[in-house]
Amino acid sequence: MTEFVVPLASAGSPADVGGKGASLGELARAGVAVPPGFVVSVGAFAAAMEAIDGDGALRASVEALPVGDLPSIARVTALARERVVAAPLPSAVAAAITAAYAALGADPDVAVRSSATMEDSSAASFAGLQDTYLGVAGASSVLGHVRRCWASLYNDESVTYRRRLGMSEGSLAMAVVVQLMVRPRAAGVMFTRSPVSGDRSVVAIEGTWGLGSALVAGDVTPDSFVISKITGEITGRRVSDKGRVHSFLPNGHGVSVTDTPASLREAPCLTDDEIRALAAIARRVEAHYGVPQDIEWALLEEADPGAAGASSSADRIVLLQSRPETVWAARTAPPVAAPKARAADHVLSLFGKHL
Amino acid sequence: MEQDGSIPDKQGFLLPSQIGDVPGAENWRSMYQYFTRFQPDDDKRFWFYNSMHFPEPVPAFDSITSEIPYQAIGANTARLFVFPPTLGIEHRIVNGRVYITANPVLDPAEIGRRAAVFGPRAGYYYENWNSLYEGWKERVRGLIAQIEAIEVPSLPEWEEDAVVFESRGVAQNHYLQENFAKCLALYSKMWHHHTEMLMLGYGAYVVFFEFCAAAFPEISDQTVGRMVAGIDVIMYRPDDELRALARLAVDLGVHDLFTEGCVAADVLSALAARGPAGLEWLDAFAKARDPWFHVSTGDGFYHHHLSWNDDLTVPFTALPGYVAAFRAGTMHVRPTAQLMEDRERIASGYRELLTTDDEKAAFDQMLGLCRLVFPFVEDHKFYCEHWFTTRFFQKIKAFGALLAREGVLAEADDIFHLHHTEVDQALADLSLAWSAGSPPLGGAHFPAIIAERKRMLKVLRDWSPPPALGPIPEGLNDPAVRMLWGVTADRINSWLHPDPEEMRGVPASAGVVEGVARVLQDVNEIGELREGEILVCPVTAPSWAPVFGKIKAAVSDIGGAMSHAAIVAREYGMPAVVGTGDATKRIRTGMRIRVDGDRGTVRVL
Repeated sequence: MTEFVVPLASAGSPADVGGKGASLGELARAGVAVPPGFVVSVGAFAAAMEAIDGDGALRASVEALPVGDLPSIARVTALARERVVAAPLPSAVAAAITAAYAALGADPDVAVRSSATMEDSSAASFAGLQDTYLGVAGASSVLGHVRRCWASLYNDESVTYRRRLGMSEGSLAMAVVVQLMVRPRAAGVMFTRSPVSGDRSVVAIEGTWGLGSALVAGDVTPDSFVISKITGEITGRRVSDKGRVHSFLPNGHGVSVTDTPASLREAPCLTDDEIRALAAIARRVEAHYGVPQDIEWALLEEADPGAAGASSSADRIVLLQSRPETVWAARTAPPVAAPKARAADHVLSLFGKHL
Repeated sequence: MEQDGSIPDKQGFLLPSQIGDVPGAENWRSMYQYFTRFQPDDDKRFWFYNSMHFPEPVPAFDSITSEIPYQAIGANTARLFVFPPTLGIEHRIVNGRVYITANPVLDPAEIGRRAAVFGPRAGYYYENWNSLYEGWKERVRGLIAQIEAIEVPSLPEWEEDAVVFESRGVAQNHYLQENFAKCLALYSKMWHHHTEMLMLGYGAYVVFFEFCAAAFPEISDQTVGRMVAGIDVIMYRPDDELRALARLAVDLGVHDLFTEGCVAADVLSALAARGPAGLEWLDAFAKARDPWFHVSTGDGFYHHHLSWNDDLTVPFTALPGYVAAFRAGTMHVRPTAQLMEDRERIASGYRELLTTDDEKAAFDQMLGLCRLVFPFVEDHKFYCEHWFTTRFFQKIKAFGALLAREGVLAEADDIFHLHHTEVDQALADLSLAWSAGSPPLGGAHFPAIIAERKRMLKVLRDWSPPPALGPIPEGLNDPAVRMLWGVTADRINSWLHPDPEEMRGVPASAGVVEGVARVLQDVNEIGELREGEILVCPVTAPSWAPVFGKIKAAVSDIGGAMSHAAIVAREYGMPAVVGTGDATKRIRTGMRIRVDGDRGTVRVL
C-alpha cells in the first residue's frame, strides 16, 4: 500500500514526492537546513483522483483539448478544477495529512506548495506553473490547500503547456509539500553560476526584505550580489529601492503586502557576512548535485524560535528549493582554448589573429 | 572641426585642435621640440593623457623622458619584434601634458605578414627568457656603471701636464658636448633595453587575461593578477632593507634617535657620535644604500624624482614608524607563505572550473608564461626607472652645476628648464668662451627664458587635462596600453560618461573602506601623510612602499590591474582603486571618501 504522506527527511523518489519534495528531502539528508515538513505523495493524489475521476473521463476530456482552442480549454479546466477542489477526499488520505500536520505543532502556520513530478527537472522547467500557498493554518485549511495545489494542475497555463508538449494526462501526477512557515528577515534566490554571463566561478544572489514571494512575484527589484567562489570577494553589489515587503501574518492569515519602511528601502537586505554564508551553502549544494543550481533561500530573523540559540549567519539560513540551473546548461560553449606546442604560441596566435 | 563620418562627434572626446592655451602660459610651446606638437590630422585619432608617467607639467629637459622612451618602445614593437597588430606609440605635448596613442595595424594581410616575422622572434625570447634576463641584468648594470663614470669637465685654467706629456691632445672643453651627448646616448640605450623584454611580458599578460575573461566572464583583473604575481620581487627590497635597519636600531639600542620628524643629517651625525653601536648601524646603512637606496621617490620620469640616496627624507620619514612598529610588535611582515598559498589556491580553483582537459592544459601554459615573465616585468623598473634614471638626472645636474659656476645659470637645477638641445647649445657657447677666454653669452640669454618657463609650469599645474582626446578608437591592440595604462573600452566609456558623484576606476585590490583623503600631487609631499588616511595620488610608484603600512586605502588617477600599486595593495590586503582618471582633481585633502576596491569606485561622502 502506498504511503500517502512522506516525512521530508525521507522524501526520495521524484515519482513519489515530486521534484520539489525530492529535492528538499535530498537537501535535508545532505545536512542543509530546510523548514520541517512532509510531502503529500503522488499516491495520495492518485487515490484522490480515483475518487474524483474513477473512469478517467475527465482526464480524457482534458487530453482531447486542441492546443489553440482557448475557450474550450478555459471551460474544461474550470470544470476539472471545480471537481478536484470540491470532491470529498478519501478518508485515509485526509487522516494521514491531518496526523502529519498535527505532528508539526499546534495548528502551526505552514506553506503548502505543489511538487509536480515533471517539475524541477533540467529538461523542462515548469517554474511558476503550480501554486504555492503561504501562511496556511488549521488541518481543514491545509486539506483545502492541498486540493487547490492539485487543482492547479488544471490551470489554463498548465494544461496549455502539457497540450503543447503532447503529454499524457493519465500519467499526470502531483505531490504537495507542506512545510512550517519561516519568518525571514530577507529571502530570495541564488544561482551557482552567473545568470547574466554563465560564469561558473561566481554565485549570484538576489534578495529582498521579508518573504521571497515579493521577488518571485516581481513586486520589487531585488538587491543583487555577485561573489567569487574562488576568492570569496563580493565582486558585484547593486542595492535597489525595495518599495514593497511581503510578510507572513500568523494564524492562517496568509501574506501581507506593505510599503517598506523608509529606513530599509535602500538599505542592503544582506550583510557581507550573510552574503558569504549564502554563497558557502550554495557551493555545498552545487557540489552535492554536481551541476550548477538555482536555489531559493530565506534568512531567518534572529529572534525566530526555529533558530533559537543561532548566532552565525549560516545558522539562520534555510533553503526552500534547489534545482538544476537550466538556461546555461542548455547551451554548449566551444572550448576557450586548446593547448599549443609551445606556451609562447598562445601569444603568437592572439597577436596574429585577424582583428 | 569636421569629424569622420563613422564616429559621431557626440560620442568622441574634445579634439586636440580644440584645446586652447592656458592663459599666462601661452608660450608653453617654447619648452618642447617641434615634433611633439599636435598636428591638424591628429584630430582623427584617439589620444589619452598619460597621467601615469606625466602627472604634472613637464619641464623642458624632462621632455626627454617621453622623447627617448617612445622611440625605444616603438622600435621594439614595430621594428624589432614586429608585433602584428600594433606599431609604436606616438606622443604629443599640449599645455605641458603628454598625450599618447598607439598606432594599430588593422589590415589583416599586413597583420599576417608581420605575424610571420613576430613568431620566431618572440618565440626565441620566451623560450630563453630566464637566461636572456640574466644577460639583460648584466648589460643594464654595465650601463649604470657607465653613466656613473661619466666625467663632467671642470674647465681648468690650464690643461694638466698629462694632456701634453701623454700627447692626448684633446682639451677639456671638447668633453663638454661629448660627455653630455654620452649621457643622452646611454639614457637611450637603457630605454631600448627597458623595452627589450617588457612588451613581450605584457603580451603574455594580455593572452592570459583574455583567456580568463572568456572562460570566466566575471573574473576581475585583480584576481587574474593574483594568480600571476610572484613573491620575490626586488621592488620590495628597499622597503625590506628599511625595516631591517629599523630593527637593527632597536637591537643596537640607538632607536631613540629615530623620532617622528627627525632630520636625516642630524640622526646620522648623532649615530657617528654613539660609539660602536652607532658605527655598526651606519655600516649596515651604507651597505643597504648601495644599491637599494637607488630607488626613486617617483617613477623616474621627472628630474625631481630623486632617489633615497639623493634625498634621505623618504627613508627617514618611514624609519621612526618602523622603529615604533617593531618595538610594539606590530611590524607588518609580508606573509609570503600565505601569499604563495593564496596564489596557488586561486589558480587551482579556477583551473578546476574549466570543463575540458584541453582548456586546463592551455590555462597551465598561459599562466606558466605569465609567471615566467613576471619577475622581469616587475624588477626591470628598479634597474631602469630607478637606479639608472636617478643616476642619469644627477649627472645632468652636475652639468647644471658647471653651467652655474660659469655664470650661465643661477643654480644647477635650472638646467632642467632647458631642452636638451638647448643644453647642448649652452655647452657649445661655454666651450667657445672658455677657449677664447671670454665669458659665455648664455648668462645673458638663458635666465629670462628659464624664469618664464618656471612661471609657466606653475600656471600649467592648475590646468585639468581631459583624460582623452579625439574619436573613440577602432581597436585597442597595444599590450602596454591595456596592461600598463589600463585603457579598455570600459575605461573609455567611463571617461565619456562621468558620474558626477562617483569616480570609476580599475578595482585593483578588494575591500571597502571609508576615511579621510590625503591628496598628494607630488611624491615629495610624502611626509604630509598621516596614519589611517586614504592616499589619493596621480600614480602610486613602487618606492612609496613605506607609506603603504600607514594608509587605509589607495586611489590613483591612472594604472591597471598589474601596475605596481595594484600588486602591492593586494599584498597588504588594502582596498585600492587605480585608473580613476581624475581623482586628484575631484578629491581634496580632508574630504571623507569611500573606496570600493570590489567595484572600482570612489565616492565623496
